[in-house]
Amino acid sequence: MSFLTIVFALLFYAATAILVIGIGYRISTYAKAPAPLKIPTTPAPTTKPGVVLRLFREVVFFESLFKGSKWTWLFSMLFHAGLALVLLRHVRYFQHDVWLPIQLIQPFGIYAGFALALGLIGLFMRRILVDRVRYISAPSDYLMLILLFLIGLSGLAMKFVVHTDVIAVKDFFLGLMTFSWSPLPADFLLIVHLLLVAILMIIFPFSKLLHAPGIFFSPSRNQVDDSREKRHIAPWAKQLEE
Amino acid sequence: MAKADFEVPELKKHIEVPRVEEGTMAHLSPYVAKPDHQNGVGYPEELVENWHEKTLQAMDDVRKKYRSFQVYLDACVKCGSCTDKCHYFLGTGDPKNMPVGRQDLLRKVYRRYFTLPGKYFPKLVGAEDLTRETLDDWYSYYHQCSQCRRCSVFCPYGIDTAEISMAAREILDRVGYGQKYCNEIIAKVHKIGNNLGLPGPALLDTLEGLEEDVFDETGVEVKFPLDQEGADILLVTPSADFFAEPHVDGLMGYGKVFHEAGVSWTLSTTASEAANFGMFIGSYENMRRISLRVRQAAKELGVKRIVFGECGHAWRVAYSFLNTLAGPFDFLDPKYPVPQHICEFTYDLIRKGKLNLDKSANDEMVLTFHDSCNVARASRMGDQPGGQFTIPREVIKASCNHYVDMHHDTIHEKTFCCGGGGGLLTDDLMEIRVKGAKPRMTALQNVIQENGVTHMAAICAICKSQFSKMLPFYGMEMDQIVSVHQLVSNAIILTGQKTDEDAEENATEEA
Repeated sequence: MSFLTIVFALLFYAATAILVIGIGYRISTYAKAPAPLKIPTTPAPTTKPGVVLRLFREVVFFESLFKGSKWTWLFSMLFHAGLALVLLRHVRYFQHDVWLPIQLIQPFGIYAGFALALGLIGLFMRRILVDRVRYISAPSDYLMLILLFLIGLSGLAMKFVVHTDVIAVKDFFLGLMTFSWSPLPADFLLIVHLLLVAILMIIFPFSKLLHAPGIFFSPSRNQVDDSREKRHIAPWAKQLEE
Repeated sequence: MAKADFEVPELKKHIEVPRVEEGTMAHLSPYVAKPDHQNGVGYPEELVENWHEKTLQAMDDVRKKYRSFQVYLDACVKCGSCTDKCHYFLGTGDPKNMPVGRQDLLRKVYRRYFTLPGKYFPKLVGAEDLTRETLDDWYSYYHQCSQCRRCSVFCPYGIDTAEISMAAREILDRVGYGQKYCNEIIAKVHKIGNNLGLPGPALLDTLEGLEEDVFDETGVEVKFPLDQEGADILLVTPSADFFAEPHVDGLMGYGKVFHEAGVSWTLSTTASEAANFGMFIGSYENMRRISLRVRQAAKELGVKRIVFGECGHAWRVAYSFLNTLAGPFDFLDPKYPVPQHICEFTYDLIRKGKLNLDKSANDEMVLTFHDSCNVARASRMGDQPGGQFTIPREVIKASCNHYVDMHHDTIHEKTFCCGGGGGLLTDDLMEIRVKGAKPRMTALQNVIQENGVTHMAAICAICKSQFSKMLPFYGMEMDQIVSVHQLVSNAIILTGQKTDEDAEENATEEA
C-alpha cells in the first residue's frame, strides 16, 4: 500500500467525519433554537403542504433569487444544476452495480461540468464588477469560488486532457467504504482534484456553505401562515406565563 | 418645499440604483435614551462598564432564543440579491444601508467570537473585533432600518434584516444603549395606555367631539364609546387616530361603519393604542406586556370580538403575534378570527351589501394605494394569501370611482416602506426618513404625472404621519395622503342621514 493511498484514505475518512458530524451539529443547533414568533414572509402558504411546495420552489428553482437578480439567478442556476448533475454522475464511483438512472445521466454529466464552470466564472465576475457585491465580499467569498472552480477544472481536465484510471479510482472508493483499501493512482490531476474536494468537505460545516441546510430552517420560508388559527409558543416564552 | 439641512434627493423617472459611497450616513444617530427611559422598559440606565462581555453574552442568548438570528447569521452567501432592495440604500448609497451590509455589522462580530474560522482566520472570513466603535456603528445603522422586510422577499434563504436589526437593538438595550424615541414611548404605553400619553379624560373629550362632528355632518347620532362594558367589539386603534390628520378621518369612518353594521363597540382607555413598539426594539417581554393590555381590556369589558384599526406594524403584532403573546382567546366568540382588521370588517359588510356607499363623494380624488410594509410582508387579511393586498383595494374601489395602482415593482410584496417605520418616526432621524422615502415618492410622482393621481391612501398610522411630512419635501402637498376609512367615511350614506339639500336648508336657517 503506497504512502499516497494511506494519506488519502485517512484524509477522506476524516473529511467525511467532519462533514457529517459538523453539519449534524449545526443542524442540531438550528433545530434546538426555538422560533418564538410566526414570521413567514407573506403572502405565505396557509397549509403544511403549501410550505413544502414553497421550500421546493426555493430549493430547486431559487424562486426568491429570481425575483431579486436575474444575472445572479442565471449563474447560480448553471452552477448548482451543473453541480447536482456532476455529483450524481460521480455516484458510479461508490456503487458496485451502478443504478440505471446514474448510468443514464452519464453523458449529460459531462456537459454539466461545463455549466458548473461557466456559472462559477459568472458569479466570480459579478463579485468583482458590481460595486455593491464587491463591497460585501470577504477573501473567503472569492476563495470559495476559486476552490470550486479548480475542482471543476481538474475534473474536466481528467475527462478531456489527461485521462486517469477511473476503474482504479472506483476501486479505491469502494475499498474505503468496505474498509479493504485499494491503491489510488498517483496521477497529478486526480490528486489535486481529490485534495480540493476533501478541503471543501472539511470547511463546509464552518462556512457559508451552511446555506444548504440553513434554508430548511429559515422561519421566513418554512412557517405556515396560520397564526390566528393556531397558537404558536416557544418553551422559553411559555415560562413567562407561569 | 420643506426646509432641510441636508440635500433632498431629486426625483427621477425611474428608481435608480446609486453607486456605493461609504460613510454617507455614518453621521446620523438618533438620540440616546435617558436613564429614566431605560428604566421604564427594564434595561440598564446607561452603557454598562463591562459592555464588551455583556454584548457577547446578549448575542449568545439571543441566538439561542431565536432560530432566525442563528440561521440568518450563518446562511448568507453574499450573493448580492438584496443589495439594491432597501429604500435607505437607494436613497443614500451608503453600503451599510444595503441589507447585507447592515447584517454584516453584527455578522462580523458573530464570526469573530462564535465561529472557528473567525477565531483563527478573522481577516479571511471578514470577522472583526467588538470595539466601542462597533457599538456606535450598530446604534447608527440599526436605527436606519425600518424593519420593512423588503430584503427578505428577494433573499434566496429568506434572511430578514428586520430580525437582525431587532436583535441588535435588543442587544444594545441590554448593555444600556437604547434609543430615546422607542423606549420613552414604550414606557408611556406601560404607564398610561397609549404612545402619546393621552389620559382617559382627553380621549373622552376627543370622542365626544367626533360624535358632534359626525352629527353636524350627517344628522345621525353615531356613537364613539369608551370603556363601555358589554359591547360586542373592542376596537384597538393607533392613538394618532384620536387627533392627527388624516388619521382621525379614518376613525370617523370606523365609527360610521360600526354604526351601519348595527353592532355595539367600544374603545378602551387602558388599551388605547394599537401600536406595539416592543417589536421595534426586539423585546419579547415588552411586546408581550403591551399585548397583554389588549387581552385584559377585552376581558374586563366582556367583549366578543377584537378589531384593530389602520396601523401597519400594529397589525403585524396583532395578526402574527397576538395569539402567541396574549392568547389563547378562547373567551371570545369563536365565529370570528382574533383579531380582525377593520378592513376585513368593512369588506365583509360591503360584500353582503350592507353599506350604502356613494362613490361620487370621492370624485374630486384620483386614488392610489400604498401597501404598508408590515401589512404586506408580515401579515394577512381574509382567508387567502394576498388578502392583505386585495381587501384594502376592494374597500377603496367600493368607495371611489377613480383608482390607479403604482408600478408593479413598488406595490404588493415588493412595496417600498414609507421611510418612517420601525421606530424611525422621530425628528432626529429626519434625514434618513426623507432619503428613504425617495423610492415611494418616485413611484407616486409617476402615477401623478401619468394617471392624474391626486391622493394616496394608506392603512398605517406611521405611513400617514411620515407622508404628511415627506410630501412637502418632494414638492407635493401634505394632505395628499388619506386614510382608507376616510374614503369610506366620505362615501358612506348612513341610514336616516340628511341629504345635501337638507344640509343647505339648515345652513340657511342658521344664517
